[in-house]
Amino acid sequence: MTSTTTTPRSATGSVALRGVTKVYGQGEQAVLALDGVSLDVAPGEFVCLVGASGCGKSTLLNLVAGLDRVSGGRIDLGEGVNPGLMFQESALFPWLTVEGNVEVPLKLRGLPRAERRARVAELLRTVHLSEFGRKRPHQLSGGMRQRVALARTLALDTPVLLMDEPFGALDAMTRDILHDELERIWSERKLTVIFVTHNVREAARLADRIILLSSRPGRIIYSTEVDVPRPRRIDSPEIAAIAADVTDRLRTEVGRHGQ
Amino acid sequence: MASDTLAGSPRTDAEISGLDALEIAGQEKAPSRLRRGWSALWPKLAALALAIALWQAVVWTGWKDPWALPGPAVVFEDLGHYLVSSALWEGLATTARRAAVGFAAAVSVGLLLGLAVARVKVLRAALGSMITALQTMPSIAWFPLAILLFQLSEQAIFFVVVLGAAPSVANGVIHGVDYVPPLLVRAGRNLGAHGLNLYRYVIAPAALPAIVAGLKQGWAFAWRSLMAGELLVVIATRTSIGAQLTYARELSEAPRLMAIMIVILVVGLLVDAAFGAADKAIRRRWGVLDQAGN
Repeated sequence: MTSTTTTPRSATGSVALRGVTKVYGQGEQAVLALDGVSLDVAPGEFVCLVGASGCGKSTLLNLVAGLDRVSGGRIDLGEGVNPGLMFQESALFPWLTVEGNVEVPLKLRGLPRAERRARVAELLRTVHLSEFGRKRPHQLSGGMRQRVALARTLALDTPVLLMDEPFGALDAMTRDILHDELERIWSERKLTVIFVTHNVREAARLADRIILLSSRPGRIIYSTEVDVPRPRRIDSPEIAAIAADVTDRLRTEVGRHGQ
Repeated sequence: MASDTLAGSPRTDAEISGLDALEIAGQEKAPSRLRRGWSALWPKLAALALAIALWQAVVWTGWKDPWALPGPAVVFEDLGHYLVSSALWEGLATTARRAAVGFAAAVSVGLLLGLAVARVKVLRAALGSMITALQTMPSIAWFPLAILLFQLSEQAIFFVVVLGAAPSVANGVIHGVDYVPPLLVRAGRNLGAHGLNLYRYVIAPAALPAIVAGLKQGWAFAWRSLMAGELLVVIATRTSIGAQLTYARELSEAPRLMAIMIVILVVGLLVDAAFGAADKAIRRRWGVLDQAGN
């Protein structure tokens, strides 16, 4: 399997947030979703954002993806970088086959037909779905759909991958396998990943660095490096210890809203 | 495969394909096409037989004279003659052409109008409810005005056909565009679909089922409007199904009258079935067909 052809042309892949603020609504109704979030993600780094409800995790990803505008501050991506975005639901187009879905970003970039075919085949091999190219999304399981969505996002050839609780709706076993898959693809393709989750163990399993966000408004309140060598297991004691530490801080933060 | 592999060992690959196989096993259930066709067909045939039997029973009671209400046997015999007559095919050719032209015009107007209303806020506020109101207007009520405007001509018929069918098509488009899942739009934008491409790759296909439903309803309105028009706007030099129906009444040819009605019914049903098949094919592709296959 050669994936050298897909090494991103823009080698940058760094993401820099400077005092990013997001306000929804106006006047008295205004809600401060994010308050002065500054964050530097190095190229090839895997960062997990963790927080309770209302911490603006998804808002943050939308801003980085350019689907929404910041109210204040700046977001710097490398020149010409359009990050790929994945959601909790696969968001596959039900009117297209698996191949058709993966082909969409290639078509939109104007790649010729032969090249698109080769790329689609290669991407489906990467996510172990070569045999399922002709299926339609509804014929696949939830885990398989997320792998198709991952292949479709990888077809953007972007160095930055934004993931919004992508495995939140999957059973534990499928999630474990997808953790392995994502880790493999991330390291093979030297991607920068910003991964949002409310599952602290998942964050400890995957991340180089875990960022904890406060709720209403979202601010960075804690950041920790995960110094556990890969490959990791989600049920290993080291991961459990890190998850316990982050969970304690998360509880303290949630408790702050209880008074 | 990279040698510094973190995961992706053969064990994991086997696990992945094993899990895939387990999760999608037993999904396919395929009763034979013939059997499915038959189970869909026989209730319809039975209902048809019952209707004909009822008709015959009414005739036997002597409620009306046979010259006003002939029995099925007489009508079907006349239908047999009618089907091989040139009158039917000439009339059908005129009527089918009018239906095609009128419906095509209604679809173009409906699509443009629907898209404009779905996109432009002001237009929606101005026209949204008016389109629905237009739909409730019985199309035959347009004919006096149409005849004033266009005299007894094909334009009068087209005018009413378009007014009858376009609102349904427009409503289908509006409904379809309104209910495109926002998640798919966000995904499409993230994949690089902007402006016209967003419509081409995401919004149009996502709205397609609702648009087809609108077309189907629009066809029903177009066909009704067309028949009403042909009954009223009889152009002496050009025979049509509707004109023949009028003549049959004027000449008190009851069997022929009913034979023509059967032709009208069957044509309407056939086109409706074509839209139904398209609708079903779309829903099957999308996996939103319910268990009963409806």
